[in-house]
Amino acid sequence: MLVKEYKPILMDGAYKKGEWTLENYLKKGGYAAARKILAMPRDPATNNVPPMIDEIKKSNLRGRGGAGAPASMKWGFFDFKSKKPRYLAINCDESEPGTCKDRVIVTYNPHMVLEGILIAMHTMGIEDAFFYIRGEYVVEFEHLVAAVAEAYKAGFFGKNVLGTGLNFHVTPHRGAGAYICGEETGLLSSLEGDRGYPKIKPPFPVVEGAWRCPTLVHNTQTLASLPGIVNMGAENLAKIGPPKSPGGMVYCLSGHVKKPGLYEYPMLTTMKDLIYELGGGTIDDIPLKAVIPGGSSMPVMKYNGPYTGTDGKEKTDNLEMQMDFDTLLANNSLLGSAGVIAMHERTCMVGVAYNLVRFYHHESCGQCTPCREGTGWLEKIVARIYHGKGRPEDIDMLMSVASQMSGTTICLLSDSCAMPLAALVIKFKEEFKYFCEHGKTMVKDAIPL
Amino acid sequence: MAFAFNEKARKQFDWLLKRYPTKQAVLLSALRLVEVQQGFVDTESMDYVAKELDLPPSFVYGVFTFYSHYRRPEDGKYVVMVCQTLPCALRGAHNMVQCFKEELKLGIGETDKDKLFTLKKVECLGSCTTAPVAQINDDYFENLTPQKVKEIVAALREGKTPPHLSNGPTLEGGCKQWSPLVEAYPAGK
Ligand SMILES: Cc1cc2nc3c(=O)[nH]c(=O)nc-3n(C[C@H](O)[C@H](O)[C@H](O)COP(=O)(O)O)c2cc1C
Ligand code: SF4
Ligand code: FES
Repeated sequence: MLVKEYKPILMDGAYKKGEWTLENYLKKGGYAAARKILAMPRDPATNNVPPMIDEIKKSNLRGRGGAGAPASMKWGFFDFKSKKPRYLAINCDESEPGTCKDRVIVTYNPHMVLEGILIAMHTMGIEDAFFYIRGEYVVEFEHLVAAVAEAYKAGFFGKNVLGTGLNFHVTPHRGAGAYICGEETGLLSSLEGDRGYPKIKPPFPVVEGAWRCPTLVHNTQTLASLPGIVNMGAENLAKIGPPKSPGGMVYCLSGHVKKPGLYEYPMLTTMKDLIYELGGGTIDDIPLKAVIPGGSSMPVMKYNGPYTGTDGKEKTDNLEMQMDFDTLLANNSLLGSAGVIAMHERTCMVGVAYNLVRFYHHESCGQCTPCREGTGWLEKIVARIYHGKGRPEDIDMLMSVASQMSGTTICLLSDSCAMPLAALVIKFKEEFKYFCEHGKTMVKDAIPL
Repeated sequence: MAFAFNEKARKQFDWLLKRYPTKQAVLLSALRLVEVQQGFVDTESMDYVAKELDLPPSFVYGVFTFYSHYRRPEDGKYVVMVCQTLPCALRGAHNMVQCFKEELKLGIGETDKDKLFTLKKVECLGSCTTAPVAQINDDYFENLTPQKVKEIVAALREGKTPPHLSNGPTLEGGCKQWSPLVEAYPAGK
């Protein structure tokens, strides 16, 4: 169900030049939420603000970085007993194919993120935040720096912020081109001035993160959601969308639709709303074939199959499926970072597999053998099939390699490659088989990939 | 001549040192300062950064080569990075790569002999809803078409600002890096 009356919050001002300034943000009531939270005293025992932590719990806010875990869970596990400094790391690495929302939020609405950062810092007793933005985002970085400079000048950051006697600092940190720096421990390694190597968990960053100190890592959009929660109150936020997936979601709609773009709506939105209502249908009205619902790491869904509805019952047409965290999970896929990639019938799924596996092989950091070798083997086998030299046993070999790549590595990149690859092979087996047997695709007028 | 930070870079570097709990953490940013100052990162400047941060030069080289986005001495004046990942591929990235190859008369990974252009294929640039996309130096070019590619390359060859610049409201004055923040809060901490 498309909630037409929903007014975008994060995307407010998107693509409007000059809207990003502090002046504009203050006019819209900006930083009122931060003022409210900063007026709350911290608990001397834990140095945090318990009522705000409760509020986050009540709001049911779920992380927008990919895992969809409740933010309150991370906040709850934070090591408040540690006497070490505490850090906040903002994840704006955004390199998951299909995802491109944080970039627009940072460019056009940077102060909403900064306000969210301030709220999180005060609530958690943090003095230093580091804003990790991917290296390719140069103009975005310049906007961020300009906005942070404004916020410092206005006294929202620096020493004795708003007369609280507390210091808050945020430092924009540029990455340099590596997908793996989006993974939270890889990000922290990169922040420390090292190669972006992920680290084994546990210890989790909330216990031992940047410089071995308790560190909260959140996606840009997650933090940008905090002012909204404070302003409207957790209970009201929880009323927007499904109770377990509340608040607006920025769907990044890409691929074979007439109107790709960023659409912010409650998570009551169905696949049909996205592709046919907002996206205007498929290019040249070529029938839809498949959808990757949450960024390229998530398993593909074949169009027009059965699915499990929100009520837990079996349904027939998965276009009617609601795009929230739990419904997708119940259907063997994930909402992830809401990067919705639509593909029409002229898409060869072997080509899709080749493109994606190549990406993960390129981005594997190389620390773990199953990932480093596995992504390479998968690429070699899929390339062989795609170039017409496939053997009948290749399909089983793909599945066997993929099955050895899950749960055996430091981070989830390995799974992020194996999982969507296995889904492609299982759901479109006849295409892989045909390609192996005939040395060419069975897809009519396949587009080059 | 041996590399050394100019005044602008030095000011930012000293400021950044105050912001992190360790010197090493400034490494990625220091390499960016080098990049903006002289247009690329080379061994000499890495040795300089290593010394400034009390790191072994070999460690700095190792970190530098882990990342793909720094400009290298062999790169042309314009580094053309064409996205080839799935969302772009679905919307004709393959064709865009061909167009750039033809317009630039270059293969993938090649630089022309005047060192004007370098052509690269890259992975997702984080702008999938405006595919196909390419980045040229600091700027994004979105919703590309063969015609747009022609016009962009022609303008760059003539030393003009290219058309179809689409990464939002570009701030004036080129890449300022951390300078506005250093000015807004000189104390650093
Ligand atoms: C391989 C890999 C890549 C990731 N890339 C990103 C990314 O680009 N941006 C992001 O916010 N989270 C990314 N994540 C998820 C982060 O590890 C982390 O869960 C997230 O930043 C937490 O933020 P949240 O709780 O606000 O969702 C990635 C995870 C993995 C395993
Ligand atoms: S799973 Fe892959 S990307 Fe992750 S740490 Fe291991 S080798 Fe690196
Ligand atoms: S796939 Fe090209 S920008 Fe994401």
